[in-house]
Amino acid sequence: MDQTGLIQSILIPAAQILVILMVLPLLIAYLQLVERKVLGFMQVRLAPRRVGWHGLLQPIADAVKLLIKEDTIPEKSDRFLFTLAPIVTVIPALTALAVIPFASESFTLFGYTVRPFITDINIALVFLLSISSLGIYGIILGGWASNSKYSLLGALRSSAQMISYEVPLGFAVVGVMMLTGTASMVGIVNAQKEAGVWYVLPQILGFFCYFIAAVAETNRVPFDLPEAEAELVAGFHTEYSGMKFALFFLAEYTNMIVVSSIATILFFGGWLRPFPNASGLDFLENGWLVLGPLVAGAFLGWLVDQRLGGGLRLMFAGGIAGTALGVLIARSDVMGLASWHMPAVSGMFWFSLKVSFFLFLYIWFRGTYPRYRYDQLMALGWKWLIPLSILNVIGTGLAIVIAG
Amino acid sequence: MFRTEEMDINMGPQHPSTHGVLRLKLTLDGEEVAEMRPVIGYLHRGVEKLSEHRTYPMIEPLTDRLDYVAAISENLGYCGAVEKLMGLVVPPRAQYIRVILAELQRIASHLLWLGTHALDLGAMTVFFYTFREREMILDLFEAFCGARLTYNSMRIGGLYEDVPAGWTGRVRQFIDIFPSREKEYEDLLTVNRIWLGRTRGVGILKPEDAVALGASGPTLRGSGVDYDVRRAQPYSSYEQFEFEVPVGRNGDTYDRYIVRMEEMRQSCGIVRQALDRLPEGEVRAKVPKYIKPPTGEVYHVVESPRGEQGFYIVHKSGEMPYRMRFRSPSFVNLQALPLMCKGLLIADIVAVIGSIDIVLGDVDR
Repeated sequence: MDQTGLIQSILIPAAQILVILMVLPLLIAYLQLVERKVLGFMQVRLAPRRVGWHGLLQPIADAVKLLIKEDTIPEKSDRFLFTLAPIVTVIPALTALAVIPFASESFTLFGYTVRPFITDINIALVFLLSISSLGIYGIILGGWASNSKYSLLGALRSSAQMISYEVPLGFAVVGVMMLTGTASMVGIVNAQKEAGVWYVLPQILGFFCYFIAAVAETNRVPFDLPEAEAELVAGFHTEYSGMKFALFFLAEYTNMIVVSSIATILFFGGWLRPFPNASGLDFLENGWLVLGPLVAGAFLGWLVDQRLGGGLRLMFAGGIAGTALGVLIARSDVMGLASWHMPAVSGMFWFSLKVSFFLFLYIWFRGTYPRYRYDQLMALGWKWLIPLSILNVIGTGLAIVIAG
Repeated sequence: MFRTEEMDINMGPQHPSTHGVLRLKLTLDGEEVAEMRPVIGYLHRGVEKLSEHRTYPMIEPLTDRLDYVAAISENLGYCGAVEKLMGLVVPPRAQYIRVILAELQRIASHLLWLGTHALDLGAMTVFFYTFREREMILDLFEAFCGARLTYNSMRIGGLYEDVPAGWTGRVRQFIDIFPSREKEYEDLLTVNRIWLGRTRGVGILKPEDAVALGASGPTLRGSGVDYDVRRAQPYSSYEQFEFEVPVGRNGDTYDRYIVRMEEMRQSCGIVRQALDRLPEGEVRAKVPKYIKPPTGEVYHVVESPRGEQGFYIVHKSGEMPYRMRFRSPSFVNLQALPLMCKGLLIADIVAVIGSIDIVLGDVDR
């Protein structure tokens, strides 16, 4: 193998892995800040404001705190398993990111071709399902090794819940696989481009089953029983502190990002812009041209609103004005901005926008819903989601046969 | 091959959802509660014994610390008991202001209950909404007596002072805003499927059991027994107000929730009536400088947000009571807990504890 081939096949993926591992914790730290800010907005309070401007440095402060905090291990715990558990939880969560494509077109960097994903394997979906179920082991081990009753109950709940919801999760994605005939993530998105429609429309039932199961799978509200603080103190991570706790935390948020990414890829066209085949909307290819001014305008309006102390009128006005400006720039091609075309950037933009939407849904749920009870959760999984997702598979099969 | 065991678990005295220092010894069969024994006494301060060595005006601050979430109801009950013993007649204006204070306190107490109850069941946002409104009430109390938690707001024979200028207008403002705010909580909870699933049919207390155990307040009315001290034995001129006493049907957690939500609306109505008809005049009866009641004993009950709050005083001679006894609604209602929790899941326990709304200061005294 010549030198270029070596770099292309080994060093570039290694660099990509490194980039993901470096960026992801930071991203998650700021996702946490966004969560706190959005929850604060929903709950008529201010959320972090002390560290940095509007609390922008809070995630850094939290990370430093977790790093330098004393890492206690309970005296009667199984020390080896206690230490192993967070690692076992976090590794599968991170591994799952290897097969998530953020965009499709490769781009050139320093003369080398770089693809915007680490790898594309033809069984990516199956790989994701199997790797994500490995995370349960860490939780069971952690709960058991803590030698605490609350941790044990939390771990038992967690394992029962995750195993139950694996089944509808698996069935829900089968419909998409039947439509595309492939389990490769890139293949699935390309099939949506050919079909000219996001699969959320033909697979609406599958999407709902998938998303409910995904929320349950990641142990988030309203399915956050394993860490129900009102009942089990903190569930399986009651006894964890410092960096070990941070690893559980990292795994939970990575899982959220992974399942949101899968939802985006399977049902919402991955990196495709809305209506990928309608040429009249080509200006959306540079979506950031429209959405950038929208967000900026809305944010400026919101800031003024805050100063005035009134409602949110200026926020909406700013958003609308920003959108108008953005469409104007995009259509009339001011400064050649709209003709500057880079598929990878555009793809990543749309991809992260869609993933952000799902992450926002997670936070929204957290601000709205009470928690399910253990038996109700099981009833929902076994009596509703599993039959519905199987029905979805059968329906999709029949439709394919009838359509020929 | 397999051996199953029941697991003992201590819930509390330091646990996020036992509302203070209640300790529950649970025997769990999996997630199911096989047996439950409440252990109390972690907050015992001996208020009844302390009272025997204090003059009557000095006891009132102690009553603040009984049910610290609804201190005004305690003040009202205690002052009422001493006034009954001495045969004092409280001026009508003071009686009306006492009613306004007590009903605002009922709303504030129910708001704290709703927030924590919802928080226990995982609905986090309601907590912040209810505290927003509770804060408005606490501001009103602060304007009235300078304190936000332990008010010591009344005096034997009436009030220490009349309300400050403009205070009634502020109360009216709050009463006008509050119903729309209450609708916000109800939008989040009352018809929420998860909320219904968590509360309906959970922790059923049959009316006959409720009466036999001596339960009172919303815990009793949730079971469908129509009994409210404010109507059964009116005090502080409650007989002059029109209000409904909401009752539940099934005696489950959801019914107790509905009863309290409706009580807040009724309290708003009572406050509005009191403001409309607020008499002019003195706020304190002629009371001797040293309070020396005649020899005798008295029992006086008021309807606190938690139920029937009783004060029993035996007076022999001098300025101090010979014996003092408080009938705390939380203590009595707590006795119904093991009955309600039999065979439930561990997650239901926090729902049921939340729904009987105990205050440990009131339980342990």
